[in-house]
Amino acid sequence: MEYEAVIGLETHVQLKTRTKMWCGCANEYGADANTNVCPVCLGLPGVLPVPNAEALRLTALTGFLLNCDVPSYAKWDRKNYFYPDNPKNYQLTQLDFPSTITGFVEFELDGELESVRINRAHLEEDVGKSFHFADYSGVDFNRAGVPLLEIVTEPDITSADMAYEYLNALKSILEYGGVSDCDMEKGQVRCDVNISVRPRGQQELGEKIEIKNMNSFSGVRRAAEYEIARQIEVLEEGGQLVQETRRWDDDAGITDSMRTKEDAHDYRYFPDPDLMPHRPSKEWLAAIREDVVELPLARKLRFMEQYELPMGDADVFVGDAALGNYFEEVAKGLKNPKQAANWVINNLQAKLVETETSVADLKFPAVAIGELIGLVEEGQISSKIAQEVFAEMFASGKSPATIVEEKGLSQVSDSGELEAFCREAIEANPGPADDFRNGKEAALNFLKGQVMKASRGKANPQMVGELLAKILNG
Amino acid sequence: MVHFLTIHQLLEQLRTGELSSREATQACLDRVEKVDGRLNAFISVDASDALAQADAADQSRAAGEDLPMLGVPVAIKDVLAVKDQPLNCASKILGEFNSPYDATVIQKLRAAGAVVFGRLNMDEFAMGSSNENSAFGSARNPWNTDCIPGGSSGGSAVAVAADECIASLGSDTGGSIRQPAALCGCVGLKPTYGRVSRYGLVAFASSLDQVGPFTKDVRDAATLLQVIAGADEQDSTNVPEPVPDYSAALSGDVKGLRIGLPREYQVKGLDPEVKAATDAAVKQLEALGAEVKEITLPHTEYAIATYYIIATAEASANLARFEGVRYGARLDGADPEEMNRKTRGAGFGEEVKRRIILGTYVLSSGYYDAYYLRAQKVRTLIRQDFLKAFEEVDLIASPTTPTPAFKIGEKTGDPLQMYLSDIYTISCNLAGLCGISVPCGFSKAGLPIGLQLLGKPFGEPDLLRAAHAYEQATDWHTHRPNLD
Repeated sequence: MEYEAVIGLETHVQLKTRTKMWCGCANEYGADANTNVCPVCLGLPGVLPVPNAEALRLTALTGFLLNCDVPSYAKWDRKNYFYPDNPKNYQLTQLDFPSTITGFVEFELDGELESVRINRAHLEEDVGKSFHFADYSGVDFNRAGVPLLEIVTEPDITSADMAYEYLNALKSILEYGGVSDCDMEKGQVRCDVNISVRPRGQQELGEKIEIKNMNSFSGVRRAAEYEIARQIEVLEEGGQLVQETRRWDDDAGITDSMRTKEDAHDYRYFPDPDLMPHRPSKEWLAAIREDVVELPLARKLRFMEQYELPMGDADVFVGDAALGNYFEEVAKGLKNPKQAANWVINNLQAKLVETETSVADLKFPAVAIGELIGLVEEGQISSKIAQEVFAEMFASGKSPATIVEEKGLSQVSDSGELEAFCREAIEANPGPADDFRNGKEAALNFLKGQVMKASRGKANPQMVGELLAKILNG
Repeated sequence: MVHFLTIHQLLEQLRTGELSSREATQACLDRVEKVDGRLNAFISVDASDALAQADAADQSRAAGEDLPMLGVPVAIKDVLAVKDQPLNCASKILGEFNSPYDATVIQKLRAAGAVVFGRLNMDEFAMGSSNENSAFGSARNPWNTDCIPGGSSGGSAVAVAADECIASLGSDTGGSIRQPAALCGCVGLKPTYGRVSRYGLVAFASSLDQVGPFTKDVRDAATLLQVIAGADEQDSTNVPEPVPDYSAALSGDVKGLRIGLPREYQVKGLDPEVKAATDAAVKQLEALGAEVKEITLPHTEYAIATYYIIATAEASANLARFEGVRYGARLDGADPEEMNRKTRGAGFGEEVKRRIILGTYVLSSGYYDAYYLRAQKVRTLIRQDFLKAFEEVDLIASPTTPTPAFKIGEKTGDPLQMYLSDIYTISCNLAGLCGISVPCGFSKAGLPIGLQLLGKPFGEPDLLRAAHAYEQATDWHTHRPNLD
């Protein structure tokens, strides 16, 4: 039997705020233990939380970046559990009315566009960090109360590689949007994976198994690979899977059972009475929307669709945003943007590299490249001459028409003048001329080359070919 | 006899220079020394800190400064955080804990020039109606030391009634200010939810708790409320409603003020003497020009059950932080779970444990909908009852408690009977209203009886106006227990 994996990810991301979620303590990694703490984040008797406005803003911004809805009502809940790193012994989180819901993340996998739906991205608070010494333990509460976004996918992921690429895409989106630095080594991103397997074609989901303790994206990929194979093996051997939480052992490359459903926590969630529900105003959301940047993949896909560019060209314009922006100006109103892309990538970019300058230093306006393309299309100059004109444009900033005019580069299409060039070439090269007359058609190209050379490239090549044939066949 | 003064009387003498804050503070400290061995209103007093504040107040006044409460000694319930002072919530679990910060109300008192002193006895974590649930022993009623002073702010009421301070602060979650005020014969006011900052008030039930004043008369209640009320950016549940001038409400005029008497409050357990005293008080208000009419609050019978679900649910989470990891008493264990179990097992008293277990239960998976969620719905209905009633009346009058103070130990074996003594006070917190208790008589046994007035949200001016007018027409508030 063939099996398929169904994977969902829960990713915790620390928000890049100056201060913590409920108090004014610095949100800062690497300070001495318990130095970024105050009565509020230590959960002292009598304290109350006050929401960090910047964290709320970054949450809504993330919602927009992940194509989510930002509901007009969100609230806070207490998740109750005892642990020494949890100062209040309840964690403030958002259970049933999160700040953002129902979005999706798009990314590329093996050259194909994939999409994973986002169930929600909700805001909560981080907890402290436990340290275990020889005969005692300690807790550093610097991290307690740092704003944490939990981004939960739908079970749309079907392979370890897909999980890996989703995480990379998510990271790049959050970094690009300025939401988080996503530094895994600093614990700014943490990821739990839910995996089940089922016979291919079966609708019903298999038993969900949660994997914890991966500390890198490649660890997530390896853990998922291992776990999918393990689950299939259990089923193939006629075994049963049970809903459980397993711990990834990165050194051993295996997962171990931590706890089963029976000893799962009852978190006794209830609405936090210390915080008012958050009701984002239209104005507030509109202001945040202004901060939404175009994400790399979206830009790439837009370039491919809007300008009908091949993926390679689009990649160049995403990789070099300034060049891409310049291209968009050049392409404005052009019938064939692909040609403009060729000019920008093959000629302009090369020149910029050669002269160590940038598009900001260009002496000619973007519209000049369109004019140059126009001159070629109208047959006024050949593509070869166009290169020469471009070099001059780049050096002097003069318009293509002026350069063609001043240098007399206009293509010769006067049949009388061309006929004189052709006759000269035939007379000077009797051998090839005879070859052609004897049926060797390739000889015509040699004669054509001589005419082009004599006209210093200005002769209209098509007319030259026709005239030569006419004279020789005459 | 300085300690007998009210806030306004003391301020007058401080302003004329007849008295210094040091003298007033020393008088209170002497009084504590003299009577508190019998009353146990104070868990602790830091006399030198109080006198240092008094001296600073006297210096400010000498320098020409005048503030709303400059130099007035105010004692504080042991549930409010005062910087560098013990904070025990009358529990063993906090051990030697001293608060590193001031509650917002304490900051406001200091800004108004008050001398903040003492840690007042209470029921542990404000859970109780008799002050018997204190790890520091019960406070005693100054009118009869065999009787309870009420709770949970028992110490706050006793200290004011026995003139051990000029005024005090307490907290009210289901009647914890009004009930002991009534049983001890002083004025106790519970402000509207959101009127006074809760920052620095150790939470029992966050959606019900409010800080409020205990005073010797209604004018003082207005003065003290004026100082502590107002928006606080450290409390998200604080309402940014402008604070009116409460003293301006004390016009003595209640003509046309509509007072409602809830039909449902004529309960079986209502003591005839209490009924007679409060009926007379209502008559008095009517004689002063108020209009009295019967109203209905149909969901009254569900109030106590609703309260004990919501309050305990919130408490079960609020009290989770007391496990000895970061502060307070700790009993070591082999692992965090054992440490928790031992620390909390030894640190919390019986009533606190009972409520934590009840609250944990009503929030548990499978029970949440049947208890917590349903209680929230009933809470909404109770609030609607009141808002509807307040379309017809300006205030609601009732006894504060169904009986005068009972004997210490009389109800400790029957928690449910104890819970029922909150019947008149509890709905006010569920509905987010304001309420006040003022002395309105004595039982034949010489125990005080309180009249409760409830006002609509942010209706404190009407509340104070009626209470003040009543007080002006009677002399109950001038009676003092004999402690000599």
